[in-house]
Amino acid sequence: MRARRRRVWRAVQRVALYGAALAFTVFAVFPFYWMLLTAFKTNRDLYVGATDLSHIPWIFNEPPTLDHIRLLLTQTPYLVWVKNTALVGALVVAITLLAAVPAGYSLARLSGRWGERLGIAIFLTYLIPPTLLFIPFSRVIALLGLQNSLWALVLVYPTFTIPFCTWLMMGFFRSVPRDIEEQGMVDGYSRAGVIRRVVLPLAVSGILTVVIFAFTLVMQDFVYALTFISSVGRMTVSLGVPVALVRGDVFYWGSLMAACLITSIPLAVIYNLFIDRFIAGLTAGALKG
Amino acid sequence: MPAAAVAVRRRTAGDREDLLGRLMLAPALAYVILLVGAPLVLAVLLSFTSATAGSLTFTWVGLANFSRLVRDSQFQLALRNTVVFTLVSQALVIVLAVTAAHVLDAAFVGRRAVRFLLLLPWAAPVSLAAMAWTWIFDSTFSVINWTLKVAGLLRGWLYWFGDPTLAMIAIITVHVWRMFPFATVVVLAGMSAIPQDIREAAVIDGAGFFRRLVSVQLPLLLPIVTVSVLFGVVFTSTDLGVVWLLTRGGPYNSTHVLSTLAFQRGILGASLGQGAAVALFLLPVLVVVAAVMLRVARRAEVGA
Repeated sequence: MRARRRRVWRAVQRVALYGAALAFTVFAVFPFYWMLLTAFKTNRDLYVGATDLSHIPWIFNEPPTLDHIRLLLTQTPYLVWVKNTALVGALVVAITLLAAVPAGYSLARLSGRWGERLGIAIFLTYLIPPTLLFIPFSRVIALLGLQNSLWALVLVYPTFTIPFCTWLMMGFFRSVPRDIEEQGMVDGYSRAGVIRRVVLPLAVSGILTVVIFAFTLVMQDFVYALTFISSVGRMTVSLGVPVALVRGDVFYWGSLMAACLITSIPLAVIYNLFIDRFIAGLTAGALKG
Repeated sequence: MPAAAVAVRRRTAGDREDLLGRLMLAPALAYVILLVGAPLVLAVLLSFTSATAGSLTFTWVGLANFSRLVRDSQFQLALRNTVVFTLVSQALVIVLAVTAAHVLDAAFVGRRAVRFLLLLPWAAPVSLAAMAWTWIFDSTFSVINWTLKVAGLLRGWLYWFGDPTLAMIAIITVHVWRMFPFATVVVLAGMSAIPQDIREAAVIDGAGFFRRLVSVQLPLLLPIVTVSVLFGVVFTSTDLGVVWLLTRGGPYNSTHVLSTLAFQRGILGASLGQGAAVALFLLPVLVVVAAVMLRVARRAEVGA
């Protein structure tokens, strides 16, 4: 009797577990499924008012079409935005690497006790959000004559990539055993030589993480782009798609969702591969020991 | 004594290393001071002026911006909305995240796939995700309305962005959708840091599932849940994209939050001083968050 009850209880638990996993997945994925449907539906299938209960919006009622994708790639500035984003992203990643990698090492190894405090202080600046800074920046950008220029973004984006990536690199360099470096110095390298020949090769995966995160943080930004960029030809993907894919007052929903889908999915896949590092960086303090 | 050995070797390399450390730190530090510190100070200064985007002059007006704001009903509403959106969405996020983390912690077929899919909302650029939700909540083509109608749960019609309450529900939904995956992974990381023997000891002592959850798991998870909530509060209370893209603060300016109001006044309305003053009301939140975060970090260090 008791064994049977336990077996039933366990079965209920399994069902609840799968049920919960399914519910969470459906909630998380639903908007992406909706992007997918919208991107490939014909307009006739797409624009049927939801009051028509006989027309099921959850499935393809007509064969899928590539028209929206074709429109997106040939009739809209989407590819220009992709190019702009890639350009800004590459420059920001370069600036971030040049600043954050040495700073991370310096904070981890060379600067002693105040290194830790300075590290935390730099990390806390990551918490200062664009919302507090976009107004003063608009003044600074105007003074520099960079309004409506991609250079404004190149200048401003490192303000959030550098603090976060410095913190990540600091944690990363700390995990490199000191012995290895000391052995290098015993072997006759200077500290700078050790950094170049011993530490950096060991830190390749950390540097790769920084590259990925700096780039995804750039892709995530909407506020600064909205504040500084006004001409359609100079927009980034995350600004242009929501703001400029309109015909008069009407959104090109098919192409718009296609743009969302083909931008989000590759980014999400790459991001997923590195998410544990990201979380480890954010929670380094609370999870220590 | 390895420490002494290190100290001796350090001294021989001495001053040069000190210099190297400073040189390597300088670019990052300069960037942060010049382009985060200085603008932050400028934000505070601007809020005491009647600066406009058109001219480059500053006129000191003291607390005039603030006293005008405090009496401004639109500002009061934006402040209230910011608090409501943040508190409600974070409360929901905690419940969902702790549940989802427990689900992902259990062994089941397809766990990795579920984890990957759960993270999609956090990884996708927020402005693109907001557009997907705008389309989902569309007044004519909303699939939610269709589904509710077919299920027989809806009599009339839901104009999601035409009604203040519905618009707020929509905004909170998007915030929850976006933040709960992040919180889940953070909590999951915290759970895997709980030593397995503590869990086993609780099982051997005969604690049931809920007893284990309430008396063992949740107290041990508290620091990490706190961290995830703090990040959630910062990301949600300061977010501009979701509200801006979903409602533009509408209908009738009923869903403005501090960030969108600051944008409207400071950038679109070109009155930088006012906009800066609105945004500055977020600063106390950030100071509190930073202070709590430092405490959590320090306590975790002491505990280790």
